[in-house]
Amino acid sequence: MKFGVIVFPGSNCDQDVYHVISEVLGKPVDYLWHGDTEVSGYDCLVLPGGFSYGDYLRSGAIARFAPIMPAVIDFANSGGLVLGICNGFQILLEAGLLPGAMRRNDCLQFRCQYTNLRVENDETPFTNLFKKGQVISIPIAHGEGNYYADEDTLKELEANKQIVFRYCDPSGEVTKEANPNGSVGNIAGIINRQGNVLGMMPHPERCAEVILGGTAGRELFASIVEWWERRK
Amino acid sequence: MEPEVYRNMGLTDEEYEKIKEILGREPNYVEVGMFSVMWSEHCGYKNSRPVLKLFPTDAPWVLQGPGENAGIIDIGDGQAVVFKIESHNHPSAIEPFQGSATGVGGIVRDIFTMGARPIALLDSLRFGTLDDPRTRYIMNGVVEGISFYGNCLGLPTVAGEVYFDRSYAGNPLVNAMAVGLINQKDIRRGTASGVGNSVMVIGAKTGRDGIHGATFASEELSEDSEERRPSVQVGDPFREKLLIEASLEIIKEDLIIGMQDMGAAGLTSSSCEMASRANTGMEIDVALVPRREEGMTPYEVMLSESQERMLVVPKKGSEEKVRAICERWGLDAVTIGKVTADGIMRIKDNGELVAEVPAKALTDECPVYERERLRPAYLNELQEKDFSSLAEPKDYGAVLLELLASPNLASKEWIYRQYDYMVRTDTVAGPGGDAAILRVKGTKKGLGLTTDGNGRYCYLDPELGGAIAVAEAARNLSCTGVKPLGITNCLNFGNPEKPEVAWQFYQAVIGMSKACKALQTPVTGGNVSFYNEIKEKAVYPTPVVGMVGLIKDIEKRCSLAFQNENDVLILLGETLPEIGGSEYLEVIHHQVAGKPPQLDLEKEVAVQEMTRQAIAEGLVTAAHDCAEGGLAITLAESAIAGKLGARVNLDSSLRPDYLLFSESQSRILLAVPPAAKEKVLNMAKEKGVPVAVIGHCSGDSLEVCINGDKVFDVDVEEMEKKWRESIPALMAG
Repeated sequence: MKFGVIVFPGSNCDQDVYHVISEVLGKPVDYLWHGDTEVSGYDCLVLPGGFSYGDYLRSGAIARFAPIMPAVIDFANSGGLVLGICNGFQILLEAGLLPGAMRRNDCLQFRCQYTNLRVENDETPFTNLFKKGQVISIPIAHGEGNYYADEDTLKELEANKQIVFRYCDPSGEVTKEANPNGSVGNIAGIINRQGNVLGMMPHPERCAEVILGGTAGRELFASIVEWWERRK
Repeated sequence: MEPEVYRNMGLTDEEYEKIKEILGREPNYVEVGMFSVMWSEHCGYKNSRPVLKLFPTDAPWVLQGPGENAGIIDIGDGQAVVFKIESHNHPSAIEPFQGSATGVGGIVRDIFTMGARPIALLDSLRFGTLDDPRTRYIMNGVVEGISFYGNCLGLPTVAGEVYFDRSYAGNPLVNAMAVGLINQKDIRRGTASGVGNSVMVIGAKTGRDGIHGATFASEELSEDSEERRPSVQVGDPFREKLLIEASLEIIKEDLIIGMQDMGAAGLTSSSCEMASRANTGMEIDVALVPRREEGMTPYEVMLSESQERMLVVPKKGSEEKVRAICERWGLDAVTIGKVTADGIMRIKDNGELVAEVPAKALTDECPVYERERLRPAYLNELQEKDFSSLAEPKDYGAVLLELLASPNLASKEWIYRQYDYMVRTDTVAGPGGDAAILRVKGTKKGLGLTTDGNGRYCYLDPELGGAIAVAEAARNLSCTGVKPLGITNCLNFGNPEKPEVAWQFYQAVIGMSKACKALQTPVTGGNVSFYNEIKEKAVYPTPVVGMVGLIKDIEKRCSLAFQNENDVLILLGETLPEIGGSEYLEVIHHQVAGKPPQLDLEKEVAVQEMTRQAIAEGLVTAAHDCAEGGLAITLAESAIAGKLGARVNLDSSLRPDYLLFSESQSRILLAVPPAAKEKVLNMAKEKGVPVAVIGHCSGDSLEVCINGDKVFDVDVEEMEKKWRESIPALMAG
């Protein structure tokens, strides 16, 4: 299984994701340049965190026009696995691969902290090593992670089990206090209808090794590999 | 030339005469501008150079000492750590957001200029008190600016310190430190050698922002300073991120001879410093410099401090490759001139000569002033203050909680949660501990990083305060198991033309030098920031130390958090009745007076060595230094961090408040498993370190007895609440 990590100008978690895939999972991985127009030969694409094009205008708003994006969209539409983390999630929203939009955190400040997440759907390629209802701890680091979708969209997301992670307290309760950014329904991550494109604000690559204080992120990446192996 | 012209640029009549003498003629407007910025305190160190020579700068592991863009220390395996701290105080005073943001941008450029990949940031901040709305505005802006710039660059802000005191109201201190990692073979220096080689500008276009920023940094703040807002540069972290990647790629491809960031004094300083280091000259045509504004004069181009630009001297024939890499990253790369043999800076505008100055005249012939020094009159009265009539508190639990809520001691989470301190996935110990620890991927090594400085101590005794700043930084590292290796420093003082300030500066340098020698942590560079005064009133003399160290096996690190029930608490060092300059004295008794705690450097070294050895041998489960707030706060912080209480009994004849809150130096609290107790006590005996068993970890409260009598018993949760919620509540107004 081969991963591709897309590098936009201003991406800054590209090397972190690359490190986890190559050093922790031991899987082949390449960097893909935003100016390229080809993504063939890859089985999973990761859009990493950072500030693509400075995130001037609006997070992800410029990156969606990057030369590589039409290829990413084709790849997703034909069933390829796509994981957008933080800025990557924002780009997937702007590109229309996922529904909804991102606003500034309701506290109007950047937030870097560990958050508790409740796994709402354990049947995706990205979460099959978790159990539904399990509470996992993954850090966030963003200024615009306040997810919004209108009521109809939310209903659809609920009905199709597209909400994958919600911010919760350590016991798994989804509370206002546990919501770090004001997202509707405490949403931290969603998947597309077809179940092959996941966007999440928390950074799994930051908690994939014991020395960094958490390993939930490794499980997420390992889920992708597990799903791929099983499919074969 | 009218005296008013050069005086407005900050030059004295004598300095102007010297320029005439050097040139053998009247300088023109562009030349005076160039001299004025290069001979400003900020660039020329004209008031500090002779004193800075007192710093020890050598050790076998120092690869680059002062004089370059940053210091470099050998960490083995052909690797090195590159680091430097710099102030951005004045810009932050009048434009907090851009001031602090560009402070971060500037110091990061100093790191990758040397060829190193920047890996971390630290910030040492000083503000007025949070009851003042203007101070809250400044702090909000400064923190947001650091967050904006550092987060976008993808650099973790991993440590730092923040103190509040009225003396900093209106003149905050914003000292940013950057750290980089490099393979020693990739080290580059800021030199322009090779006559005939091209000189290129890469990065952002040049605008009118920041003209005379260096001059502004070299004068006192006043009510008119607001008018200087155009002297504050505007930062574009996205551009800088691209510049980092492009520069490192250029270095990796071995395409350049030297490069230098265009920071303070912009094109003027970068060009003449690179030429001066290589004993060469340069010919530059300012018409070739890419601009973002029309109609800029040669004077404006030479003095602009537009951010995110680098001056590069490529190897012969590499210009096109440099340009191609820059183009890939969306950056300008333009040849603006060439290196010459005659040591002269020749500035042209479309071929027409507009300035002609010897490079060395701008750098080396900057006038140097040995300022008159005078011990300030306030010291006698303050130092001799008698505290014997100080009222003893009745409720020690209440005093402890009040101290924990004092912004100087309270949790700084409100600040650091706005910084991305995890990006790059190397932060093994982040903000909130004694020091940050970063792993070095692919090795077992870890880097320890910390900043330290106590302005109150320096106000009361600058020599002692300077020495303590170094000792405490080293102690912080030692508590995590890291061996200190070197420092960078930022010396924040008032107007050096005042004899009292000159004395404080000199004394602080003496104190720091002694401590650096004893602890074997040479100075590898830094920055002097004078004129930190507003309305004639100087800030506390505040030397800030940024220290780096190494731990060979990162798995053997230690934190301040209590780990296990029944671990034995051992106090290394002696508690003396030293209440002078303490947080307790200020918060509870509203006095800043007395002598700071004494410092015996031999004892300090012994305590630190013993702590590192005990940690390395795996005998220690928690270690925390006793600093501001004294032993009581040390215990409380370790309890809060570990969510575990302690039972403590102190045998002593000291007054309870002295015993609990004295800030005696060279003390470290250790928690050790019961089985390791004897070994640690014996180790202390062998090393001649005073040692006492003072209790054990247990329960969910911190109980402290003195000679068997209980003085307080406070829930850990209650302590944490006070400590954690204090600054957020104050910032909410």
